[in-house]
Amino acid sequence: MSSSHQHETDVLIREQGYDDHFHEHHHGDKFQSNFITHYIFSQDHKIIARQFLITGIFWAIIGAGMSIIFRLQLGFPDDSLAWLKPLLGKWITINDAGVGALNPEFYYALVTMHGTIIVFFVLTAGLSGTFANLLIPFQVGARDMASPFLNMLSYWFFFLASLVMFISLFLSTGPFAGGWTAYPPLSALPEASSGSGAGMTLWLVSLTFFVVSVLLGGINYVTTVLNLRTKGMSLWRMPLTVWALLVTAILGILSFPVLVSGFFLLMFDRGMGTSFYLSEIFVNGHALENVGGSPILYQHLFWFLGHPEVYIIILPAMGLTSEVLSVHARKPIFGYKAMVYSILAIGFLSFIVWAHHMFMSGVNPFISNFFVVFTLIIAVPSAVKVFNWISTLYKGNIRFTSAMLFAIGFVSMFISGGLTGIFLGNSAIDIQLHDTYFVVAHFHIVMGIAAFFGMFAGVYHWFPRMYGRFMNETMGRIHFWMTMVGAYAIFWPMHYMGMAGVPRRYYRFDTFDAFSHFAGLNQFITIAAIIVFAAQLLFVFNFFYSIWYGRKMTTQNPWGANTLEWTAPIEPIHGNWPGNLPTVHRWAYDYSKEGADKDFIQQHLPLTDKEKAEAEHH
Amino acid sequence: MSTLISSGTIEQKSRKGFYAPLFALWAGMGSIVMMFGSLTSAYIVRQGAGNWLEFRMPDIFFYSTVVMLVSSVTLHGSYWAFRNNREMLYKLLLPLTLVLGIIFVIMQYQGWNALYAIGVALDGNPGGSFFYVISGIHAAHVIGGIFALTVALLHAFMLPYKPTEKRRRRFQLVLHYWHFVDFLWLYLFLFLLIQ
Repeated sequence: MSSSHQHETDVLIREQGYDDHFHEHHHGDKFQSNFITHYIFSQDHKIIARQFLITGIFWAIIGAGMSIIFRLQLGFPDDSLAWLKPLLGKWITINDAGVGALNPEFYYALVTMHGTIIVFFVLTAGLSGTFANLLIPFQVGARDMASPFLNMLSYWFFFLASLVMFISLFLSTGPFAGGWTAYPPLSALPEASSGSGAGMTLWLVSLTFFVVSVLLGGINYVTTVLNLRTKGMSLWRMPLTVWALLVTAILGILSFPVLVSGFFLLMFDRGMGTSFYLSEIFVNGHALENVGGSPILYQHLFWFLGHPEVYIIILPAMGLTSEVLSVHARKPIFGYKAMVYSILAIGFLSFIVWAHHMFMSGVNPFISNFFVVFTLIIAVPSAVKVFNWISTLYKGNIRFTSAMLFAIGFVSMFISGGLTGIFLGNSAIDIQLHDTYFVVAHFHIVMGIAAFFGMFAGVYHWFPRMYGRFMNETMGRIHFWMTMVGAYAIFWPMHYMGMAGVPRRYYRFDTFDAFSHFAGLNQFITIAAIIVFAAQLLFVFNFFYSIWYGRKMTTQNPWGANTLEWTAPIEPIHGNWPGNLPTVHRWAYDYSKEGADKDFIQQHLPLTDKEKAEAEHH
Repeated sequence: MSTLISSGTIEQKSRKGFYAPLFALWAGMGSIVMMFGSLTSAYIVRQGAGNWLEFRMPDIFFYSTVVMLVSSVTLHGSYWAFRNNREMLYKLLLPLTLVLGIIFVIMQYQGWNALYAIGVALDGNPGGSFFYVISGIHAAHVIGGIFALTVALLHAFMLPYKPTEKRRRRFQLVLHYWHFVDFLWLYLFLFLLIQ
């Protein structure tokens, strides 16, 4: 894009933009006066987005690192882990022969923390926290979030949650070890296991802070999208990223409070002697006094959040993918309205399928039928989206950038993982597959890897908007191919193990006759996991290297994209646009339009006479 | 294709539509509704499973409900007075509302004591535990409202009386939240009464 075109954009916004008397409200840039208010307690959505992203990267390294340790245990159960002693200390016990073994209790803690960290801290806060903050104000044409102050608090509550969880990793009794779902009685009785005491207390405190963060953020995102859109930005002109982030925020506002209810009852059971979830339990040979509780009640409350939560994770990734696919295929997204209705349908259905996580917990089979039907219906909007992504690619003028590769990879992962969801959604098949590696494979591909792919696509694509520089493309492509091939190498074989009935969460399998023949496969998975982990470290290096040494962005709109964030100055300013806000005249997907002189027409460009005539004609 | 989406003329939307903080407050109240909705659903599910303690609600909860309803009326009166230049009435009804709010919380506390006195303990049968937890979490939300009322009270007595649009909207936030916790309690009270 030429600099003369850039000049045209600036002039256009100055002359035809929406005047919200910006500078009359802000005398000078008083918000960015010093280091602390600029970089630490910042109220600027662009800085807060980076804070979420970097905190998310920190947790991703820890969460993935934990998986490497327990994969080593599963792949090589007889080999010495003594070399991990400096890191894990007393959790590695060394026998007389000098062979170091991972403490089984700590193995469970690692599995539990891996799930908690990746689900909540990385793929919820790190994903929607980052991109809702970065993209919502930019793409709807707002100066900032509706409440920049609450937005800042949202990050710092997340930080507090992170801090508490991090401290719990170093407890002498270990972090919580009863699974990321924290089912009672393991989570309700401090004496149930070593991690159920202080570890579980900190887990509950941390996640309660986390929910506060999600609610403050979510309320802000919804309010901003519905109230602060610039002139001309009707709902039907919003990019799909904004639609996806809007529905994500609504899901969070409606489902996280239910989790908190469940947590409150759990806290009362732990500390006040109530029996909401406990009944007739023996611990260490002693009968407890608790009578009349129901552990299933917790599962209902947990999964009422838990199922929308998986869409809280995947919807932002879908939105990012839609945008990246369209920009780099130089084509309008296929079926824009169908995409929006699919997002809304998925959001609605996500609230009435939670019991499909509980088919084996003794719920009434007739009630299960209801949940089976709605679970399978989710396949419809999901398939609509997949069809539209593939149709967007069809005959596109595709640019295989790192962002585009990850977006295409997202579609592949979402198909592979989504198909196995249809198996698991059937309560009859679930009898065999429940709690096996088939489930592990399913959710890792469809909401783990796929969500990471959407996130990577977003990071590679919007990195210039965040840091004014590009990430290294060569490293990006190596990162993509290693992750793409490696992720399938890790999770594809798990389907076969699951169909054979190999249960998840076990410490070792070589002592079971039925599963010992999977030893080779387990080694293969572990080696693949180590290679994929190394590829992620390459990404982390690329990310930080590029912040300071990446190729500089010299034009405002390097990808030739239509959305408003690419009309703002390269050097970001508080308030996003100097002077007027851009006025929106068209939807976000005018790519390769017939008769246009370029293959993209940005949203702030007025309709031509020909377009006006066509519009009247319709 | 795009013309279907961005058809012709530009919609001239008012940039000053809904008051954003009020919208945010309503979104937050929506999330509180989900929380109490889930607690009362859990109540129904657990009750249906049997082994459930039935007891008569202490009378003091009827009186506290009346106090809460009256406080909504006084706050609305204060808001009306604020908008209609009745400064004295505004400054009379606002503190009255705050006092009623505090009385409500104290009465709830006495209600829990009365429950305990008739043998319904927090750590007993879940039938009683649910009552304590639901009314307790509600009381926590009322205490949040008392803080908001305190801020409104400081505005009323520290700042010169000026019924500007900005101050009206701030007051409106307090008003909506207070009505919300009021009607939320009415729902919970009736729910606990008829269950």
